[in-house]
Amino acid sequence: MPAVAETIETVQSVQEGGYKWGFETDIEMEFAPKGLNEDIVRFISKKKNEPEWLLEWRLKAFALWQKMEEPNWAAVSYPKIDYQDAYYYAAPVKKAGPKSLDEVDPELLKTYAKLGIPLKEQAILAGVEGAGESPADSGRMPVAVDAVFDSVSVATTFRDELSKHGIIFCSISEAVQEHPELVREYLGSVVPQGDNYFACLNSAVFTDGSFVYIPKGVRCPMELSTYFRINAKSTGQFERTLIIADAGSHVSYLEGCTAPQRDENQLHAAVVELVAMDDATIKYSTVQNWYPGDADGKGGIYNFVTKRGACRGARSKISWTQVETGSAVTWKYPSCILLGDDSVGEFYSVAVTNNFQQADTGTKMFHIGRNTKSTIVSKGISAGRSQNTYRGLVKISPKAKGARNFTQCDSLLIGDQCGAHTVPYIENRCITAKVEHEATTSRIAEDQLFYCRARGLNEEEAVGLIVNGFCREVLKELPMEFAVEAQKLLAISLEGSVG
Amino acid sequence: MLRIEGLTAEIEGKQILKGIDLEVPKGEIHAIMGPNGSGKSTLSYVLSGREGYDITGGSVTWNGQDLLAMEPEERAAAGLFLAFQYPVELPGVGNANFLRTALNAQRRARGEKEVDAMAFLKLAREKLKKLHMSDEMLKRNVNVGFSGGEKKRNEVLQMALMNPSMAILDETDSGLDIDALRIVSEGVNALRGPDFSSLVITHYQRLLNYIVPDRVHVLMDGRIVRSGGKELAEELEAQGYGQASAA
Amino acid sequence: MNAVTAGAGGFISRFEGLRDRLPGAELEQVRALREEGAATLREKGLPGRRVEEWRYTDLAPVAQAQFTEALTAVGEAPALPAPRAPHRVVFLDGRLAEHLSQLPPHAAPLSARLEAAQDLLAADHGMPLVGLNAMMFEDGLFLDLPEGRDAGTIEVLNIAAHAERPIAFHPRHVIRLAPGAQLTLVETSTGPAGATYLHNPVYDIRVAEGATFTHVRVQREGRSAFQLSTIRARVAAGGTYDNFTLNAGGRLVRNEIHVTLEGPKAAAHMNGAQLVADGQHADTTTFLDHAAPDCPSRQTVKTVLAGKSRGVFQGKILVRQVAQRTDGYQMNQALLLSEEAEIDAKPQLEIYADDVRCSHGATVGALDPEQLFYLRARGIPAEEARAILVQAFLTEAVEGVTDPIAQAALEEAVSGWWEREAA
Repeated sequence: MPAVAETIETVQSVQEGGYKWGFETDIEMEFAPKGLNEDIVRFISKKKNEPEWLLEWRLKAFALWQKMEEPNWAAVSYPKIDYQDAYYYAAPVKKAGPKSLDEVDPELLKTYAKLGIPLKEQAILAGVEGAGESPADSGRMPVAVDAVFDSVSVATTFRDELSKHGIIFCSISEAVQEHPELVREYLGSVVPQGDNYFACLNSAVFTDGSFVYIPKGVRCPMELSTYFRINAKSTGQFERTLIIADAGSHVSYLEGCTAPQRDENQLHAAVVELVAMDDATIKYSTVQNWYPGDADGKGGIYNFVTKRGACRGARSKISWTQVETGSAVTWKYPSCILLGDDSVGEFYSVAVTNNFQQADTGTKMFHIGRNTKSTIVSKGISAGRSQNTYRGLVKISPKAKGARNFTQCDSLLIGDQCGAHTVPYIENRCITAKVEHEATTSRIAEDQLFYCRARGLNEEEAVGLIVNGFCREVLKELPMEFAVEAQKLLAISLEGSVG
Repeated sequence: MLRIEGLTAEIEGKQILKGIDLEVPKGEIHAIMGPNGSGKSTLSYVLSGREGYDITGGSVTWNGQDLLAMEPEERAAAGLFLAFQYPVELPGVGNANFLRTALNAQRRARGEKEVDAMAFLKLAREKLKKLHMSDEMLKRNVNVGFSGGEKKRNEVLQMALMNPSMAILDETDSGLDIDALRIVSEGVNALRGPDFSSLVITHYQRLLNYIVPDRVHVLMDGRIVRSGGKELAEELEAQGYGQASAA
Repeated sequence: MNAVTAGAGGFISRFEGLRDRLPGAELEQVRALREEGAATLREKGLPGRRVEEWRYTDLAPVAQAQFTEALTAVGEAPALPAPRAPHRVVFLDGRLAEHLSQLPPHAAPLSARLEAAQDLLAADHGMPLVGLNAMMFEDGLFLDLPEGRDAGTIEVLNIAAHAERPIAFHPRHVIRLAPGAQLTLVETSTGPAGATYLHNPVYDIRVAEGATFTHVRVQREGRSAFQLSTIRARVAAGGTYDNFTLNAGGRLVRNEIHVTLEGPKAAAHMNGAQLVADGQHADTTTFLDHAAPDCPSRQTVKTVLAGKSRGVFQGKILVRQVAQRTDGYQMNQALLLSEEAEIDAKPQLEIYADDVRCSHGATVGALDPEQLFYLRARGIPAEEARAILVQAFLTEAVEGVTDPIAQAALEEAVSGWWEREAA
C-alpha cells in the first residue's frame, strides 16, 4: 500500500478517538500492604522465593535509596510523590508465572486479546492482520511474548521453540530460580543499584520483568517481546529486564505498555539492562503508550525509566528505537556504553506530547573503545499545552580514538501553547573523534498543509500525513508490525491538536 | 621517468594492489583503464602519498628518486601532480591565496624565487584565459560551492599553474559534460611535450579521444593484465573488460 | 564553609570595611545595589560546578588566589600602544585614567556620574559574579549617546598594571544608545604575562529603537590572569547589538553574554572565537532571550584548542510565546589540535512559540585529513598546511567584523597564534 493511502486510512481508522486501552480488568488480586519499608522489600523477596544474595542486594539498594534525593534537573514538574501511598506488589491471585498457556486465567487471556496481544503461539502480533494465520503462510516472523500484569509475569509464549536454540526467554523471577548464575553475574552490572533515584528504588522493589539470554552465535529466530500492563489501582510497576547477547548472537526485542484510564497518577520505574558481547547485536524497540492523563492533565503514568546497554564486545551493536506517545510525565534516557572497539550505539526516537503531557527524553552515548560509532535521531512533536524536551549526552573519552557521533534533533510545534526544547551536551577529550550535532525547530509549514488540503485531505489528516513524514527516519527502524501500530498511535496522540 | 616495480598495497588489511609493474618514460602519456574496484584510485593515491595505505612490497622511483620515501609535498615539489577525482572543499581558504601559497611552496622547495602577488595574478589570469575560465574562480573559496565540472576545471587550472613534469589524472572525466571534458583535455594537451608525462586513469575510453595516449594498460583486480597501443582502449570500449582482459 | 564560599568570604569582608568609602555611598539606590550584591554572594558564594551553568568551569582557582582590591590608583602608567582611533579610553586596573585617554563626547568615568547612571545599573538577578561586581565596583565607562548620534569607532584599553600581589578589579560599564544612535566600541584587555589578577567587568547596555551598537572585544589578558565578564544588553525595536569576542589570553576566562530582544525586529549577533593554548581555560556562555516577535539572531562561535587546554561553549536560545516569527541560528564549532585538549559544548533551544525557524549546529573534530592531504599534494608543507586550515576555520567567525579598526585589533591578536602556541 502506498504510504499516503496507508496513512490516510490510519488517520481515518482512529477518528473514533480516545485512549482505547483505558479499560480495567476485574480480577482477584493479591496485594502487599501499602507503603514502602524494609519489610515490604523482604515481603517481595519472600513471595518470589529468592535466594539470600538477592534479598541482600535489594536491601542494600533500599538503604541507598533512603539517602538519595529525587532528581530535579529535568524540564518536568509534577506534585511530590508520596512513596508510602502506593502498593509495591500486586498480582493476580491465581498462581501466575511459568506454566502452559492452558492454565492462565481466561480473564487475563481476554485482557491481552483485547489489547491486541493474543497469547497464542501460532499468532503473529495482532492488531495488524488477522490473527490465527500461521506465520509460515504469512511470511512474517512469529513473535514470542512475555506478558507482565502489574507485578508479575503471567505467561511467556514460544518457550519450547526458543529453547531448541538454547535461547532463554522467561520472566526474571523464573530466571532467578533457574539460571541464578547468569542473573547474579549480570544484574546491576550495567545499571548499578545506586545509579539514580528511580533505578535504586527499582533495585529494591522490582517484582518481575523479562530475562533473555542468546547463546554464542545464535540468531534469534523470532522477535521477542514483553507486554507490560498496569491494571491495579494505586500500584507502582517496577519491572526489570535483562538481556544478554553472547558473542556473535543477534536478537530483536519489542516492548509495549498500556494502563487503565484513572484520575490518579501511577508510578512506573523500570530498569532495562542490555549486555552485548563480541559481534553481538541487540535491537530494542519500545512503543510506550501508558495512559497519558485526560485532556485537562488529570491522571496518567509517571514513566521514570532507566535503560542502558553495554557494548562490551568488539564490533557489538545496541540499537534503541522508541516511540513515546503515552505517560503524563516521561523521564527516560536509553543509553549506550560503547566499551568494545568498533562497537556501535544507536538511538532513534519519536516523542509525541499533547494536552498536558511532559516528556524529557533522550540518550547518552559514552564512547570508550576505539572507532566506536553512535547515531542519534530524535523527533519531538509538541501539541496542546505540552512540554517536550530532548536531552542528550555524547561523551568521548581520550582513549576512544576515531570515535564518531552524528546527532539530528528535530522538533515540531503544533499550536502556540506548547514548548519544544533541545538540550544536548557534548564532551570530547579525543582529538581524533568527530562529533556533529544538528537541531531544528519549526512548525508544520502552511504551504505543506495547504498543499495537502488542496488535494482533499482535511486538516487533521494533513497533519497526520506530515507528522508521519517527519518521523519516517525513526519509524523505519521499527519492526514492520510495530511500525504500522506506531503510525496509528501518532495520529491518535495528536487528536484534537488542530483546528 | 616513473618506474613502478612489483608494487603491492593494502587498506585496513585488505590487499588492493597485487603487484604492479609499469614504466612511464619521459614525454609519454599512458592510460590506465579498468573496472570499478580494480585498484585505479588506490594506485593514484599511493603514488601521491596519501595516508591510510600500507605499502607491503615493491618500489616506485621517479627520475631515480625513491618516491615512496617522500612526503606528499616533496612529491609535488619534485614535479608530480595529482588531479583528484573528488577535490575536497576548503571553506575559508581563498582560491587565489591557496594557489599562490602552493606555487611558492613548491618553488621554495626547489630553491627557486617566489612569485609576488602581482606577478602571480598576471600568471593566473593568463592561464585562466587559455582555459576559457573566468577570473571569478580566483575570488571564491577553494572548491566551495563549485559544481562537479567547476571542481575539475579548478584542478586543471592548478595543473597549468604548477606546470608539473608528471600529471596523474584520477578519473578526471567522471561527471563531466562534453564542453568541460574538452577544456580539461586542452589543459593536459597544452602541457604535452618532451619533458611532460602523464598517467591518465579512467573507466571510459571517451577521454582518450581527447587525450590520445601512447600506451594503454588494463588494470584488473590489482594487476596490470594487458598493455597495448591506443587501439586497446577502443577494443575495451567495444568488448568490455571481461572479454578484452581475457584476450 | 566550603572552599568556594571561603573565596567569596574575603571579598565580602573587604566590602564590609569599605562600604562607606566606595563611590556612590551617598546614593541610596547604589548602596542598595551593593548590599543586594553582597547578599547574593553571601548566599551563593562563587559558583561551583554543581551549579548547572557552571558545570564546565571551576572557579576554585579564583577562590584560592585570595585576591584583594587595589585601594589606590597606580602611579606609573605603562607604555601605551599607538592609538587606533581618534577617541580612546584607557583603564588601569579598572579605573578610568583620564590623563591617558582622549574621551569622546558623552563619555565620562562612571564614578563621576553615578547619580545620572544609577537607574541603568541592573540588579544581579542572583548571579554571584554580577553581585561581586555590584558590591565592589569603583569605576567604569559611562557612555550615554543622544538620539541619532553617530559616535563612530571608540577604542577602549583595559590594562592590568599591578603585578606584585593578586589584585582584583570589577569595572562597571554603562552604555546607553538613544534611538537611532550608532557606536562601534573596540575593546582590548591586556596585562603583564606573569601577573595573577582578576578582571571582573560587568556591562549594562541599552540599545534603543533603531540604534546600532557594534561591540568588539579582544581579550588578551596575561597568561596567569582571570577574566570573568558579564554583559547584559537590552535591545529595543529595530535596534541591533552586534558582539564579537575574541578570547585569546588569560588562564581562566569566562565570557558571559545575556541579550534580551525586547521589541519587534530587534537583532542580535553574538559571534566569537576562542584560541585556547596550553594551560588555558576559555568559556563562552551566552543567553539569548527572544521576547518580541520578528527578531533575527545569529551566532557563530569557533574554538581552537592546543596543548593541555579546555574550551567551553554554552549557548541558550529562549523563544518566548510572544516571539512569533523568530529566526534564530546558532553554530558552534571546535577544532582540536592536541590529544590533551577538551571541549565541552552545550547548545540549547527552549522554544514556546510555534511560528519560528530556529536551528543550531555543533561540530567537534580535528583537522580534516582529506583537506590536509589536498594541500600537501599541492606542495604545501604539513605545518604550513595546518596553519592555513586553522586560519580558514577562524575566518568564518571573524569575517562578520567589518570595522577596519576592529579588524586590525583582531588581526594583531590572531596572527602568529599558530606558530607560538600550536605548531
